[in-house]
Amino acid sequence: MEKFLSGDEAFAEGIRLACPEVISAYPITPQTIVVEKLSEMVEDGSLDAEFIHVESEHSALSCAMGASAAGVRAFTATSSQGLLYMAECLYYASGGRFPIVMMNANRSTALPWNIYGDQRDSLSQLDSGWIQAYAENAQESLDLALMSYYIAEHKTVSTPFMVNLDGFILTHTYEQVDVPEPEQAKKFLPPYETENKLDLDNPKNMAFSAGPDTNYIFKYKEHAAMFRAIPVIREAEAKFAEIFGRQYTGLTDAYKTEDAEYILITLGSIAGLCREIADTLREKGIKAGVLRIRYMRPFPAEEIAETVKQAKAVAVLEKDISFGNEGTVFTNVNSALHSAGVTVPAYNFIGGLGGRNISHQNIIEIFEKIQSGTASRVNFIGIEEGENS
Amino acid sequence: MTEILWLGRGGQGAFTAAKILGAAYAAKPESHALAFPSFGPERRGAPVRAFTKLDSKPILDRSETEKADFIIILDETLYSENLQNLLKPGGKILINTRSAELKQIVSFDGDSLAKELKLPVVNTVMMGALAGISGIVSVENLHQAIENYMPVKIREKNKAAVQKAAEEAEAL
Repeated sequence: MEKFLSGDEAFAEGIRLACPEVISAYPITPQTIVVEKLSEMVEDGSLDAEFIHVESEHSALSCAMGASAAGVRAFTATSSQGLLYMAECLYYASGGRFPIVMMNANRSTALPWNIYGDQRDSLSQLDSGWIQAYAENAQESLDLALMSYYIAEHKTVSTPFMVNLDGFILTHTYEQVDVPEPEQAKKFLPPYETENKLDLDNPKNMAFSAGPDTNYIFKYKEHAAMFRAIPVIREAEAKFAEIFGRQYTGLTDAYKTEDAEYILITLGSIAGLCREIADTLREKGIKAGVLRIRYMRPFPAEEIAETVKQAKAVAVLEKDISFGNEGTVFTNVNSALHSAGVTVPAYNFIGGLGGRNISHQNIIEIFEKIQSGTASRVNFIGIEEGENS
Repeated sequence: MTEILWLGRGGQGAFTAAKILGAAYAAKPESHALAFPSFGPERRGAPVRAFTKLDSKPILDRSETEKADFIIILDETLYSENLQNLLKPGGKILINTRSAELKQIVSFDGDSLAKELKLPVVNTVMMGALAGISGIVSVENLHQAIENYMPVKIREKNKAAVQKAAEEAEAL
């Protein structure tokens, strides 16, 4: 059924279809609507779940972990400082191999305090052991709500999953969304079954300590499971396409990159505008393409290198900066190119910090700068000097 | 693409109108819409903006409208000459006011109509007026969207507002 929904509302619809049994959350702008909607769904009986309104984000994820350890499907959602406040628990959840799904509304981090969108919150947590996906629009948000559980709970993966929606630009923008029927969702997503739970018939030690003699093995296994998610993502998308008729493209989403000389790599909701600009430039004879990163973890290193190896120049546009270095997405992309022996010049464009609008003209200028070779290694959109490197 | 910029004050329902208009348009075949508020904290009485984008193909550009086809002003104190710079060539400003017409401005006395219909705000009145002057959506489309996205107890009043405003504005 087609509805006119915001990204937050679409995500809540997706979670209703995924039928978690426990939702524990603390509201924070711009995530609030998701947990409001879910609490209404629990109240009106359309979602049979326990909604636990906790006193902090640290407790929200701890509570979801407790639920997951009892063998039930759990959901939480947060944003920005909330994500940072629960950071300690992120590592517990991934190390404990609890396949919790969390929606994060990408929002700027303080100070200066700001509620608008950028991606510094989730990108700062790339090492926390969570699968990280970035949605472009409300439909993909809803679809990822369903697919995330399929992937996270898969026996070979058993890893928590963070779905990121750009604050306001995606969470608060209304558009058409196809909301699937519950029967379809049931066909797609099997009930959660796990041996990684507290069980009186099969008592076992969970969430234990491990000393230097065994600890590294657990960490290696966490790492290996993240890579095993890659075929499971493809499997989930194939099954999703069969049932719902929408095909997704794995870790990345390439647009006119086959013959592109200039490729813009980005993530999240800005990708649509980038594709529109690429089309405009192609009308003028400039072979432009766009590569949208859908998953930051597991990171699509080989796909990125393979996609851009024939290009003349690459730009990485991200709403993030790692102070004292460069954008984190850029660091990851550069490492992928270097490892694969790809020597295409790559430039970093930092934009949209604290919710600043990224305009048509900004994106046209990115392509112009990498084409003319006038870009600096790291460029701050809207600041002339950028970084002198 | 048709772009509509709504100017109102917190509590006047500018974003509700932006959203209902988007939903009404998107319900037509081969029609796509985006609607979003000016982002950030909301305060009753503070100036707010909202955006509706309408097109025959999916809308990829989520950035704020720089040049609009229509600027709809729910509160006349928000009008300034500078707004003319935010219009596309041939674009129009539709303002809720009793005063006379200015260049490129369609004046519509939304307040009186809202008062007559016992509505506390003029958002759906001005949305109806937009349908009347532009024909971008029909009254039926708007009625359906009101059915789908407004609370039951205020639906009939708002449907009447849309109908009446569209009829009056069509005559302008």
